[in-house]
Amino acid sequence: MRETEVLVVGGGPAGMVAAIEAAERGAKVVLTERDDRLGGQLIKQTHKFFGSQKQYAGSRGIDISKLLEGKLSNNSNIEILTETTVLGIYEDGVVTMEGADKHLKLKPKRTIIATGASEKFLPFANNDLPGIYGAGAVQTLMNVYGVTPGQRVLMVGAGNIGLIVSYQLMQSGVEVAAIIDAAPKIGGYLVHASKIRRAGVPILTSHTILNAYGQEFVEGAILASLDDKWQPIAGTEKDLTVDVICLAVGLSPLTELCWQAGCEMKYIPEFGGYVPRKNEFLETTVPGLYVCGDAGGVEEASAAMVEGRVAGIAAAESLGYGLNNVQALKAALKDLEELRSGPAGEKILKGLEKLLAKGETAC
Amino acid sequence: MRIENHPILSFNRGKTLSFFFNGEEIKGYSGETIAAALHAAGIKVLSHSHEFHHPRGLFCAIGNCSSCLMVVDGQPNVRVCVEKLREGMRVETQKGKGCLAQ
Repeated sequence: MRETEVLVVGGGPAGMVAAIEAAERGAKVVLTERDDRLGGQLIKQTHKFFGSQKQYAGSRGIDISKLLEGKLSNNSNIEILTETTVLGIYEDGVVTMEGADKHLKLKPKRTIIATGASEKFLPFANNDLPGIYGAGAVQTLMNVYGVTPGQRVLMVGAGNIGLIVSYQLMQSGVEVAAIIDAAPKIGGYLVHASKIRRAGVPILTSHTILNAYGQEFVEGAILASLDDKWQPIAGTEKDLTVDVICLAVGLSPLTELCWQAGCEMKYIPEFGGYVPRKNEFLETTVPGLYVCGDAGGVEEASAAMVEGRVAGIAAAESLGYGLNNVQALKAALKDLEELRSGPAGEKILKGLEKLLAKGETAC
Repeated sequence: MRIENHPILSFNRGKTLSFFFNGEEIKGYSGETIAAALHAAGIKVLSHSHEFHHPRGLFCAIGNCSSCLMVVDGQPNVRVCVEKLREGMRVETQKGKGCLAQ
Protein backbone atom coordinates (compact mmCIF):
# COMPACT_ATOMS: atom_id res chain seq x y z
CA MET A 1 0.00 0.00 0.00
CA ARG A 2 1.27 3.44 -0.91
CA GLU A 3 1.68 5.82 1.99
CA THR A 4 2.09 9.55 2.29
CA GLU A 5 2.18 12.09 5.09
CA VAL A 6 -0.45 14.54 3.88
CA LEU A 7 -3.16 13.94 1.29
CA VAL A 8 -4.91 17.03 -0.04
CA VAL A 9 -8.15 16.28 -1.89
CA GLY A 10 -8.96 19.01 -4.39
CA GLY A 11 -6.66 21.32 -6.35
CA GLY A 12 -8.63 24.56 -6.12
CA PRO A 13 -7.48 27.66 -4.21
CA ALA A 14 -7.82 26.06 -0.74
CA GLY A 15 -6.17 22.74 -1.66
CA MET A 16 -3.30 24.31 -3.60
CA VAL A 17 -2.36 26.58 -0.71
CA ALA A 18 -2.76 23.77 1.86
CA ALA A 19 -0.40 21.56 -0.16
CA ILE A 20 2.18 24.35 -0.50
CA GLU A 21 2.15 25.19 3.22
CA ALA A 22 2.49 21.58 4.36
CA ALA A 23 5.20 20.76 1.80
CA GLU A 24 7.22 23.92 2.50
CA ARG A 25 7.47 22.76 6.12
CA GLY A 26 8.86 19.40 5.00
CA ALA A 27 5.84 17.09 4.83
CA LYS A 28 5.46 14.72 1.87
CA VAL A 29 2.23 15.72 0.15
CA VAL A 30 -0.01 14.10 -2.46
CA LEU A 31 -2.47 16.52 -4.08
CA THR A 32 -5.36 15.05 -6.07
CA GLU A 33 -7.60 16.88 -8.54
CA ARG A 34 -10.34 15.33 -10.64
CA ASP A 35 -9.95 17.84 -13.49
CA ASP A 36 -6.99 17.67 -15.87
CA ARG A 37 -5.62 20.93 -14.49
CA LEU A 38 -5.23 22.61 -11.13
CA GLY A 39 -6.89 25.88 -10.15
CA GLY A 40 -10.50 24.93 -9.47
CA GLN A 41 -12.77 27.91 -10.00
CA LEU A 42 -9.79 30.28 -10.25
CA ILE A 43 -9.18 29.27 -13.87
CA LYS A 44 -12.42 30.93 -14.95
CA GLN A 45 -12.30 34.02 -12.75
CA THR A 46 -11.28 36.95 -14.93
CA HIS A 47 -12.26 39.63 -12.42
CA LYS A 48 -9.88 41.32 -10.01
CA PHE A 49 -10.08 40.17 -6.40
CA PHE A 50 -11.05 42.45 -3.53
CA GLY A 51 -9.81 42.27 0.03
CA SER A 52 -6.30 42.83 1.25
CA GLN A 53 -3.06 42.92 -0.72
CA LYS A 54 -1.83 39.86 1.19
CA GLN A 55 -4.71 37.87 -0.33
CA TYR A 56 -3.84 38.89 -3.90
CA ALA A 57 -6.37 41.76 -4.05
CA GLY A 58 -6.13 43.45 -7.44
CA SER A 59 -5.07 40.21 -9.16
CA ARG A 60 -7.33 38.20 -11.39
CA GLY A 61 -8.23 34.63 -10.40
CA ILE A 62 -6.63 33.23 -13.56
CA ASP A 63 -3.28 34.82 -12.61
CA ILE A 64 -3.44 33.71 -8.96
CA SER A 65 -3.93 30.15 -10.17
CA LYS A 66 -0.78 30.31 -12.31
CA LEU A 67 1.21 31.74 -9.42
CA LEU A 68 0.15 28.94 -7.06
CA GLU A 69 0.78 26.32 -9.73
CA GLY A 70 4.33 27.61 -10.07
CA LYS A 71 4.92 27.23 -6.32
CA LEU A 72 3.52 23.69 -6.39
CA SER A 73 5.62 22.48 -9.29
CA ASN A 74 8.79 23.90 -7.72
CA ASN A 75 8.35 21.84 -4.56
CA SER A 76 9.77 18.32 -4.69
CA ASN A 77 7.75 17.28 -1.62
CA ILE A 78 4.53 17.51 -3.63
CA GLU A 79 3.18 14.87 -5.96
CA ILE A 80 0.27 16.10 -8.08
CA LEU A 81 -2.30 13.61 -9.36
CA THR A 82 -4.65 15.28 -11.84
CA GLU A 83 -7.59 13.47 -13.46
CA THR A 84 -7.85 11.57 -10.19
CA THR A 85 -11.12 11.36 -8.28
CA VAL A 86 -11.12 10.34 -4.62
CA LEU A 87 -13.86 7.76 -4.16
CA GLY A 88 -13.84 6.93 -0.47
CA ILE A 89 -12.24 7.24 2.95
CA TYR A 90 -12.34 4.07 5.02
CA GLU A 91 -12.23 3.36 8.75
CA ASP A 92 -8.63 2.15 8.63
CA GLY A 93 -7.59 5.47 7.09
CA VAL A 94 -7.21 4.09 3.56
CA VAL A 95 -8.31 6.47 0.82
CA THR A 96 -9.34 5.03 -2.54
CA MET A 97 -9.27 6.87 -5.83
CA GLU A 98 -9.73 6.45 -9.55
CA GLY A 99 -7.23 7.87 -11.99
CA ALA A 100 -6.62 7.02 -15.65
CA ASP A 101 -9.09 4.10 -15.38
CA LYS A 102 -7.08 2.62 -12.49
CA HIS A 103 -8.16 2.07 -8.90
CA LEU A 104 -5.58 3.42 -6.45
CA LYS A 105 -5.23 3.06 -2.70
CA LEU A 106 -3.30 5.42 -0.48
CA LYS A 107 -2.75 5.60 3.26
CA PRO A 108 -2.07 9.17 4.40
CA LYS A 109 -1.18 10.21 7.93
CA ARG A 110 -3.24 13.40 7.55
CA THR A 111 -5.99 14.23 5.08
CA ILE A 112 -7.11 17.72 4.06
CA ILE A 113 -10.50 17.90 2.36
CA ALA A 114 -10.66 20.82 -0.08
CA THR A 115 -13.36 19.56 -2.43
CA GLY A 116 -15.15 22.88 -2.89
CA ALA A 117 -18.85 23.24 -3.58
CA SER A 118 -21.48 22.48 -6.19
CA GLU A 119 -24.14 24.77 -7.58
CA LYS A 120 -27.64 24.86 -6.23
CA PHE A 121 -30.57 24.29 -8.54
CA LEU A 122 -33.92 26.07 -8.60
CA PRO A 123 -37.38 24.52 -8.98
CA PHE A 124 -39.52 26.00 -11.79
CA ALA A 125 -41.44 24.49 -14.69
CA ASN A 126 -39.28 23.22 -17.57
CA ASN A 127 -36.07 23.76 -15.62
CA ASP A 128 -34.52 20.79 -17.44
CA LEU A 129 -34.49 22.44 -20.88
CA PRO A 130 -31.15 22.75 -22.63
CA GLY A 131 -29.98 26.35 -22.33
CA ILE A 132 -30.36 26.45 -18.54
CA TYR A 133 -26.94 26.48 -16.94
CA GLY A 134 -25.28 26.95 -13.62
CA ALA A 135 -23.23 30.15 -13.45
CA GLY A 136 -20.02 28.09 -13.17
CA ALA A 137 -20.85 26.28 -16.41
CA VAL A 138 -21.33 29.58 -18.23
CA GLN A 139 -17.95 30.75 -16.91
CA THR A 140 -16.30 27.51 -18.00
CA LEU A 141 -17.70 27.72 -21.52
CA MET A 142 -16.85 31.40 -21.93
CA ASN A 143 -13.64 31.92 -20.03
CA VAL A 144 -11.94 28.55 -20.39
CA TYR A 145 -13.06 27.46 -23.86
CA GLY A 146 -13.99 30.80 -25.43
CA VAL A 147 -17.47 29.68 -26.42
CA THR A 148 -20.60 31.73 -25.71
CA PRO A 149 -23.57 29.93 -24.14
CA GLY A 150 -26.09 31.73 -26.40
CA GLN A 151 -27.17 35.19 -27.45
CA ARG A 152 -29.50 36.59 -24.84
CA VAL A 153 -29.39 35.69 -21.16
CA LEU A 154 -31.68 35.86 -18.16
CA MET A 155 -29.52 35.83 -15.03
CA VAL A 156 -31.26 34.45 -11.94
CA GLY A 157 -29.55 35.75 -8.80
CA ALA A 158 -28.13 39.18 -8.02
CA GLY A 159 -25.46 38.04 -5.59
CA ASN A 160 -21.80 38.56 -6.47
CA ILE A 161 -21.65 35.51 -8.74
CA GLY A 162 -24.75 36.57 -10.70
CA LEU A 163 -23.42 40.12 -11.07
CA ILE A 164 -19.86 39.13 -12.00
CA VAL A 165 -20.92 36.48 -14.51
CA SER A 166 -23.37 38.95 -16.08
CA TYR A 167 -20.52 41.39 -16.60
CA GLN A 168 -18.33 38.62 -18.03
CA LEU A 169 -21.13 37.70 -20.46
CA MET A 170 -21.22 41.30 -21.64
CA GLN A 171 -17.43 41.27 -22.06
CA SER A 172 -17.88 38.24 -24.30
CA GLY A 173 -20.40 40.06 -26.47
CA VAL A 174 -23.49 38.35 -25.09
CA GLU A 175 -26.61 40.39 -24.29
CA VAL A 176 -27.91 40.18 -20.72
CA ALA A 177 -31.66 40.84 -20.91
CA ALA A 178 -32.18 41.14 -17.15
CA ILE A 179 -30.92 40.03 -13.75
CA ILE A 180 -33.62 38.96 -11.33
CA ASP A 181 -33.50 38.18 -7.62
CA ALA A 182 -36.25 36.99 -5.30
CA ALA A 183 -34.84 39.11 -2.46
CA PRO A 184 -35.95 42.73 -2.17
CA LYS A 185 -32.30 43.90 -2.26
CA ILE A 186 -29.29 43.25 -4.48
CA GLY A 187 -27.14 40.73 -2.60
CA GLY A 188 -23.79 41.44 -4.29
CA TYR A 189 -21.44 44.39 -4.02
CA LEU A 190 -22.88 47.64 -5.36
CA VAL A 191 -19.70 48.33 -7.33
CA HIS A 192 -20.50 45.29 -9.51
CA ALA A 193 -24.22 46.13 -9.72
CA SER A 194 -23.53 49.74 -10.75
CA LYS A 195 -21.25 48.69 -13.62
CA ILE A 196 -24.02 46.51 -15.00
CA ARG A 197 -26.76 49.06 -14.52
CA ARG A 198 -24.67 51.72 -16.25
CA ALA A 199 -24.56 49.38 -19.26
CA GLY A 200 -28.37 49.44 -19.31
CA VAL A 201 -29.12 46.00 -17.87
CA PRO A 202 -32.13 46.05 -15.50
CA ILE A 203 -31.71 44.38 -12.09
CA LEU A 204 -35.18 43.34 -10.98
CA THR A 205 -35.37 42.63 -7.25
CA SER A 206 -38.43 40.90 -5.72
CA HIS A 207 -38.78 38.96 -8.99
CA THR A 208 -38.85 35.24 -9.70
CA ILE A 209 -38.95 32.93 -12.70
CA LEU A 210 -42.27 31.07 -12.99
CA ASN A 211 -41.31 28.90 -15.93
CA ALA A 212 -39.05 28.47 -18.90
CA TYR A 213 -40.47 27.57 -22.29
CA GLY A 214 -39.20 26.23 -25.59
CA GLN A 215 -39.42 23.13 -27.76
CA GLU A 216 -35.91 21.70 -27.92
CA PHE A 217 -34.13 24.39 -25.91
CA VAL A 218 -34.90 27.61 -24.04
CA GLU A 219 -36.81 30.19 -26.08
CA GLY A 220 -38.01 32.36 -23.21
CA ALA A 221 -39.00 32.72 -19.58
CA ILE A 222 -42.02 34.00 -17.69
CA LEU A 223 -41.16 36.25 -14.75
CA ALA A 224 -43.34 37.62 -11.97
CA SER A 225 -43.01 40.09 -9.11
CA LEU A 226 -43.04 38.78 -5.55
CA ASP A 227 -44.94 40.20 -2.59
CA ASP A 228 -43.39 40.66 0.84
CA LYS A 229 -44.16 37.00 1.65
CA TRP A 230 -42.17 35.85 -1.41
CA GLN A 231 -45.36 34.89 -3.30
CA PRO A 232 -45.84 35.74 -7.02
CA ILE A 233 -48.31 38.59 -7.55
CA ALA A 234 -51.01 37.69 -10.09
CA GLY A 235 -51.09 39.96 -13.12
CA THR A 236 -47.40 40.90 -12.93
CA GLU A 237 -46.20 38.19 -15.34
CA LYS A 238 -43.66 39.30 -17.94
CA ASP A 239 -42.53 37.30 -20.96
CA LEU A 240 -38.80 37.60 -21.66
CA THR A 241 -37.33 36.25 -24.91
CA VAL A 242 -33.99 34.61 -24.04
CA ASP A 243 -32.08 31.54 -25.21
CA VAL A 244 -30.06 31.15 -22.00
CA ILE A 245 -31.15 31.06 -18.37
CA CYS A 246 -28.20 31.21 -16.01
CA LEU A 247 -28.74 30.14 -12.39
CA ALA A 248 -26.59 31.90 -9.81
CA VAL A 249 -28.58 30.87 -6.75
CA GLY A 250 -25.88 29.74 -4.39
CA LEU A 251 -23.60 26.81 -3.66
CA SER A 252 -23.60 23.77 -1.39
CA PRO A 253 -20.42 22.38 0.21
CA LEU A 254 -19.22 19.08 -1.33
CA THR A 255 -18.95 17.05 1.86
CA GLU A 256 -19.49 13.43 0.76
CA LEU A 257 -16.01 12.45 1.95
CA CYS A 258 -16.55 14.12 5.34
CA TRP A 259 -19.81 12.19 5.81
CA GLN A 260 -18.14 8.94 4.83
CA ALA A 261 -15.17 9.53 7.11
CA GLY A 262 -17.61 9.87 10.01
CA CYS A 263 -17.19 13.58 10.75
CA GLU A 264 -19.82 15.12 13.00
CA MET A 265 -21.92 17.20 10.62
CA LYS A 266 -24.13 20.19 11.24
CA TYR A 267 -26.61 22.08 9.05
CA ILE A 268 -25.53 25.70 8.77
CA PRO A 269 -27.73 27.70 6.37
CA GLU A 270 -25.14 30.52 6.21
CA PHE A 271 -22.60 28.00 4.84
CA GLY A 272 -24.93 26.54 2.20
CA GLY A 273 -25.79 23.21 3.86
CA TYR A 274 -24.27 20.47 6.00
CA VAL A 275 -20.65 21.03 6.99
CA PRO A 276 -18.29 19.16 9.30
CA ARG A 277 -17.69 20.46 12.78
CA LYS A 278 -14.14 21.72 13.14
CA ASN A 279 -11.85 23.48 15.58
CA GLU A 280 -10.21 26.82 14.85
CA PHE A 281 -7.32 25.02 13.11
CA LEU A 282 -9.87 23.38 10.79
CA GLU A 283 -9.47 19.84 12.13
CA THR A 284 -12.80 17.98 12.06
CA THR A 285 -14.06 15.63 14.78
CA VAL A 286 -12.14 12.83 13.02
CA PRO A 287 -8.54 13.21 14.27
CA GLY A 288 -6.14 14.04 11.44
CA LEU A 289 -8.89 15.02 9.01
CA TYR A 290 -8.99 18.71 8.10
CA VAL A 291 -11.38 20.71 5.94
CA CYS A 292 -10.72 24.03 4.20
CA GLY A 293 -12.32 26.27 1.61
CA ASP A 294 -15.92 25.97 0.40
CA ALA A 295 -16.14 22.30 1.49
CA GLY A 296 -16.17 23.55 5.08
CA GLY A 297 -18.67 26.35 4.38
CA VAL A 298 -19.29 28.37 1.21
CA GLU A 299 -17.39 31.66 1.30
CA GLU A 300 -15.07 32.97 -1.43
CA ALA A 301 -11.63 32.30 -2.87
CA SER A 302 -9.57 34.71 -0.72
CA ALA A 303 -10.85 33.13 2.49
CA ALA A 304 -10.43 29.66 0.94
CA MET A 305 -6.73 30.36 0.37
CA VAL A 306 -6.20 31.55 3.95
CA GLU A 307 -8.05 28.49 5.25
CA GLY A 308 -5.75 26.39 3.09
CA ARG A 309 -2.84 28.04 4.87
CA VAL A 310 -4.32 27.21 8.29
CA ALA A 311 -5.02 23.56 7.41
CA GLY A 312 -1.64 23.07 5.72
CA ILE A 313 0.32 24.54 8.65
CA ALA A 314 -1.78 22.68 11.24
CA ALA A 315 -1.33 19.33 9.48
CA ALA A 316 2.45 19.88 9.18
CA GLU A 317 2.67 20.97 12.82
CA SER A 318 0.87 17.83 14.01
CA LEU A 319 3.46 15.73 12.14
CA GLY A 320 6.31 17.63 13.81
CA TYR A 321 7.35 19.69 10.80
CA GLY A 322 8.09 23.40 10.58
CA LEU A 323 9.36 26.20 12.77
CA ASN A 324 7.37 29.07 14.20
CA ASN A 325 4.12 27.33 13.29
CA VAL A 326 2.26 28.97 16.14
CA GLN A 327 3.15 32.43 14.86
CA ALA A 328 2.23 31.46 11.28
CA LEU A 329 -1.10 30.07 12.41
CA LYS A 330 -1.86 33.18 14.45
CA ALA A 331 -1.06 35.36 11.44
CA ALA A 332 -3.33 33.29 9.18
CA LEU A 333 -6.20 33.40 11.68
CA LYS A 334 -5.77 37.16 11.92
CA ASP A 335 -5.97 37.44 8.12
CA LEU A 336 -9.19 35.42 8.16
CA GLU A 337 -10.60 37.74 10.80
CA GLU A 338 -9.72 40.76 8.66
CA LEU A 339 -11.30 39.25 5.54
CA ARG A 340 -14.49 38.62 7.47
CA SER A 341 -14.60 42.01 9.18
CA GLY A 342 -16.63 43.78 6.45
CA PRO A 343 -20.41 43.61 6.02
CA ALA A 344 -20.03 40.60 3.68
CA GLY A 345 -18.36 38.67 6.49
CA GLU A 346 -21.29 38.98 8.89
CA LYS A 347 -23.04 35.96 7.44
CA ILE A 348 -19.88 33.85 7.72
CA LEU A 349 -19.31 34.87 11.35
CA LYS A 350 -22.91 34.00 12.17
CA GLY A 351 -22.43 30.59 10.55
CA LEU A 352 -19.17 30.01 12.43
CA GLU A 353 -20.84 30.87 15.72
CA LYS A 354 -23.51 28.24 15.05
CA LEU A 355 -20.95 25.68 13.97
CA LEU A 356 -18.75 26.11 17.01
CA ALA A 357 -21.72 26.10 19.40
CA LYS A 358 -22.37 22.94 21.35
CA GLY A 359 -25.63 21.19 20.68
CA GLU A 360 -27.36 18.74 18.41
CA THR A 361 -25.58 17.51 15.29
CA ALA A 362 -26.69 15.47 12.30
CA CYS A 363 -24.99 12.26 13.31
CA MET B 1 -20.41 30.77 -31.05
CA ARG B 2 -16.71 31.25 -30.54
CA ILE B 3 -15.44 34.40 -28.85
CA GLU B 4 -12.85 36.07 -31.09
CA ASN B 5 -12.24 39.37 -29.28
CA HIS B 6 -12.14 39.57 -25.51
CA PRO B 7 -10.96 42.52 -23.40
CA ILE B 8 -9.04 40.32 -20.92
CA LEU B 9 -8.59 36.83 -22.29
CA SER B 10 -6.87 35.49 -25.35
CA PHE B 11 -7.75 31.96 -26.34
CA ASN B 12 -4.84 29.85 -27.47
CA ARG B 13 -6.80 27.20 -29.29
CA GLY B 14 -5.11 23.91 -30.11
CA LYS B 15 -4.92 22.33 -33.52
CA THR B 16 -8.09 21.82 -35.53
CA LEU B 17 -9.71 18.42 -35.16
CA SER B 18 -12.55 16.71 -37.02
CA PHE B 19 -15.14 14.67 -35.20
CA PHE B 20 -18.60 13.34 -35.93
CA PHE B 21 -21.87 14.30 -34.29
CA ASN B 22 -24.61 11.81 -35.25
CA GLY B 23 -22.61 11.10 -38.42
CA GLU B 24 -22.12 14.73 -39.39
CA GLU B 25 -18.54 16.02 -39.52
CA ILE B 26 -17.78 18.97 -37.22
CA LYS B 27 -14.57 20.87 -36.49
CA GLY B 28 -13.25 21.53 -33.02
CA TYR B 29 -9.93 22.20 -31.32
CA SER B 30 -7.66 19.93 -29.33
CA GLY B 31 -7.72 20.75 -25.62
CA GLU B 32 -11.42 21.55 -25.54
CA THR B 33 -14.23 19.35 -24.27
CA ILE B 34 -16.73 17.65 -26.57
CA ALA B 35 -19.48 19.82 -25.07
CA ALA B 36 -17.57 23.05 -25.81
CA ALA B 37 -17.02 22.01 -29.44
CA LEU B 38 -20.69 21.04 -29.85
CA HIS B 39 -21.81 24.36 -28.31
CA ALA B 40 -19.52 26.28 -30.63
CA ALA B 41 -21.29 24.48 -33.50
CA GLY B 42 -24.68 25.54 -32.08
CA ILE B 43 -25.62 22.07 -30.80
CA LYS B 44 -27.32 22.30 -27.42
CA VAL B 45 -29.40 19.11 -27.18
CA LEU B 46 -26.99 16.45 -25.95
CA SER B 47 -29.24 13.71 -24.59
CA HIS B 48 -32.83 12.86 -23.60
CA SER B 49 -34.22 12.03 -20.18
CA HIS B 50 -34.91 8.34 -19.51
CA GLU B 51 -38.56 8.47 -18.63
CA PHE B 52 -40.15 11.39 -20.45
CA HIS B 53 -37.52 11.76 -23.19
CA HIS B 54 -37.13 15.47 -22.55
CA PRO B 55 -34.19 17.07 -24.33
CA ARG B 56 -31.22 17.60 -22.03
CA GLY B 57 -28.23 19.88 -22.34
CA LEU B 58 -25.20 20.90 -20.40
CA PHE B 59 -25.79 22.17 -16.86
CA CYS B 60 -22.71 22.10 -14.61
CA ALA B 61 -19.76 21.69 -17.04
CA ILE B 62 -17.61 20.08 -14.33
CA GLY B 63 -18.76 16.46 -14.45
CA ASN B 64 -21.10 16.69 -11.45
CA CYS B 65 -24.65 16.52 -12.75
CA SER B 66 -24.84 13.87 -15.51
CA SER B 67 -27.10 16.04 -17.68
CA CYS B 68 -24.77 15.70 -20.69
CA LEU B 69 -24.32 11.93 -21.07
CA MET B 70 -23.68 10.89 -24.67
CA VAL B 71 -22.44 7.86 -26.61
CA VAL B 72 -18.79 8.37 -27.56
CA ASP B 73 -17.08 5.83 -29.83
CA GLY B 74 -19.76 3.32 -28.89
CA GLN B 75 -19.42 3.83 -25.14
CA PRO B 76 -22.57 5.20 -23.46
CA ASN B 77 -22.85 7.58 -20.47
CA VAL B 78 -19.77 9.65 -21.28
CA ARG B 79 -19.85 13.05 -19.56
CA VAL B 80 -19.08 15.19 -22.58
CA CYS B 81 -18.64 18.32 -20.45
CA VAL B 82 -15.34 16.95 -19.13
CA GLU B 83 -14.31 14.52 -21.90
CA LYS B 84 -11.70 16.04 -24.20
CA LEU B 85 -12.10 16.02 -27.96
CA ARG B 86 -9.99 13.63 -30.05
CA GLU B 87 -9.54 13.35 -33.82
CA GLY B 88 -12.20 11.23 -35.51
CA MET B 89 -14.35 10.78 -32.40
CA ARG B 90 -17.89 9.55 -33.01
CA VAL B 91 -20.29 11.37 -30.72
CA GLU B 92 -23.96 10.40 -30.69
CA THR B 93 -27.06 11.55 -28.88
CA GLN B 94 -27.88 8.95 -26.24
CA LYS B 95 -31.35 7.44 -26.09
CA GLY B 96 -32.36 5.85 -22.80
CA LYS B 97 -29.85 4.47 -20.34
CA GLY B 98 -27.38 3.22 -22.93
CA CYS B 99 -25.94 -0.27 -23.42
CA LEU B 100 -22.33 -1.32 -23.14
CA ALA B 101 -20.81 -2.47 -26.43
CA GLN B 102 -20.65 -6.28 -26.65
